[in-house]
Amino acid sequence: MSTAPAEVDLPRSADKPSSDKPWVTIVWNDPVNLMSYVTYVFQHVFGYPKKKATKLMLDVHHKGKAVVAAGAREAMEHNVEVLHGYGLWATVNQDK
Amino acid sequence: MEPFRSVRGGGARAWLAAAEASLLRSLVGQIMSLVEPEGPADDRADNRAGDLVSGQDADLAALEAMLHGPGADKIPEDPVLARLLPDGYRDDPESAGEFRRYTENSLRSAKHAAAQEMLDTLPEVGGRIRLTQDQALSWLKALNDVRLALGVRLGVTEDFEEQWARLKPDDPQWTAFEVYAWLGAVQESLVQALN
Repeated sequence: MSTAPAEVDLPRSADKPSSDKPWVTIVWNDPVNLMSYVTYVFQHVFGYPKKKATKLMLDVHHKGKAVVAAGAREAMEHNVEVLHGYGLWATVNQDK
Repeated sequence: MEPFRSVRGGGARAWLAAAEASLLRSLVGQIMSLVEPEGPADDRADNRAGDLVSGQDADLAALEAMLHGPGADKIPEDPVLARLLPDGYRDDPESAGEFRRYTENSLRSAKHAAAQEMLDTLPEVGGRIRLTQDQALSWLKALNDVRLALGVRLGVTEDFEEQWARLKPDDPQWTAFEVYAWLGAVQESLVQALN
């Protein structure tokens, strides 16, 4: 798999209070995006094997959303920006 | 159209009729003008920067972001643009606004560049198309943006087939549903070709 498109990397949210809670990238269900396309994007963007990408896609489809990645806030914001580039409906959330 | 098929060594190929190529060019062109970075008095500067960025130079993209200054912090009012440039946070307007200020312009540029690459590899008269893996990715993104835009305008739900079936063939929206379905088939064949 090749790398994600180049993104502008600017410092964000530096003034926000930090927290120990991990941050997550959530993808929300959408009536337009093709199931095969969403699976492909998960494979391509995150390097997930097809099985894992398919399971996440099905979670999005059946449960309305799925956590597709977890980690530092900045990394999750980067994910969301990349996923928006693919037209997926993604948000950053603080895991509770 | 002959749907996309894989090409040995990566990428995909297809064949499009002239009318299909012309339809795709028109739809993708509309997305390009929708996502073009906007600004009150510096439209021309934006466009120049946009042209440079489509040269895919990350440094220039960073420069563009700097010259631009902070972008908008509110989700666009147009539902199509709101779907193409969604909030990065839910139920947290402050974080969503901050995220948007720093990412919306580069997201607009990225969508514009993908659409441009699709146009660059889509012959005006149709015919054979052969895409590298990277070009195919731009096609996937640009096709998806067209489908998102059309889907929002048509109010498409998961029961798209039933919505379409309920329309009479002389309904003004019938053709748009047909185009939407066709775009889905084109995109699906490209995804399968890349797998």
